[in-house]
Amino acid sequence: MRVIINGEAREIASMSVDALLGELDYEGTHFAVAVNYDVLPKSRWAETQLKSGDEIEIITPRQGG
Amino acid sequence: MVNFYGKTFTSRLLIGTALYPSPAIMQNAIRSSGSEIVTVSLRREAAGGKTGDAFWSLIRELGVTVLPNTAGCRSVREAVTTAKLARELFGTSWIKLEVIADNDTLQPDVVGLVEAADILIKDGFEVFPYCTEDLSVAMRLVDAGCKVVMPWAAPIGSAKGIINPDALKLLRDRLPDITLVVDAGLGAPSHAARALELGYDAVLLNTAIAKAADPVAMAHAFRQGVEAGRAAFEAGLMEARDFASPSTPVVGTPFWHAVS
Repeated sequence: MRVIINGEAREIASMSVDALLGELDYEGTHFAVAVNYDVLPKSRWAETQLKSGDEIEIITPRQGG
Repeated sequence: MVNFYGKTFTSRLLIGTALYPSPAIMQNAIRSSGSEIVTVSLRREAAGGKTGDAFWSLIRELGVTVLPNTAGCRSVREAVTTAKLARELFGTSWIKLEVIADNDTLQPDVVGLVEAADILIKDGFEVFPYCTEDLSVAMRLVDAGCKVVMPWAAPIGSAKGIINPDALKLLRDRLPDITLVVDAGLGAPSHAARALELGYDAVLLNTAIAKAADPVAMAHAFRQGVEAGRAAFEAGLMEARDFASPSTPVVGTPFWHAVS
């Protein structure tokens, strides 16, 4: 199905957030994830089902002022 | 000691983690500054990337308290969601709240800022709002529940120093119980000293240290500027006056005579 990941339209096979991170080869450990502006705690990644058109943000710590 | 939401710190210098020539210089500059609180940000991670992990391990080595920001957010919705992502990622309810109105000046959107602060405080956040020096905005932020208010000295990264000292002084006078931090626009240790002399509790800066020819040495210079400014405030500065007043005693001056 087609979703928006970090602002870009992508075709994905995964049905859950957990599976999506695996599908996209995210290797790091420090992520936070929001789906349609709803922040998902890590404990909900496995149970959260994705649907077509979802806007997914995958973010990580970065330098800031 | 300076108090941020019930936690006390010795250092009155908060420092950013961006724009340094290298990660090692960033770490050494932070150590040299004596800062106990550093600001960090959140950004999109590219698929397969480990950039975030590498940066995060550098910060954790420093053993400092982390203050995440919502830099770059241009709407209340973006800022609120970013704050929640930060809470999830960094495990802190602290958030440096930025809602930006204008790309060229990075002027805070003070209307959106008050709205976002209200939403976040009701959700349990401890908000450090980046605002202008406007008293009415600061009062609205305090009404919303902010215990810390962070007015700019000048636009972010401009190095101009305190453009409107009278307004900053008014904020200090009218909000005696609020922890006030001058955030953004400082360019030199003398600017930081001035903020502390005005009675501000702390300063937050990044560019002036990170973009110095020697960031580690400049971090130390800012540390000294902040310490000098605070010591001067505690010592009690004399009032400025319009006319001269001799410091050397007049009585007994040789050849002295009254001028008629």
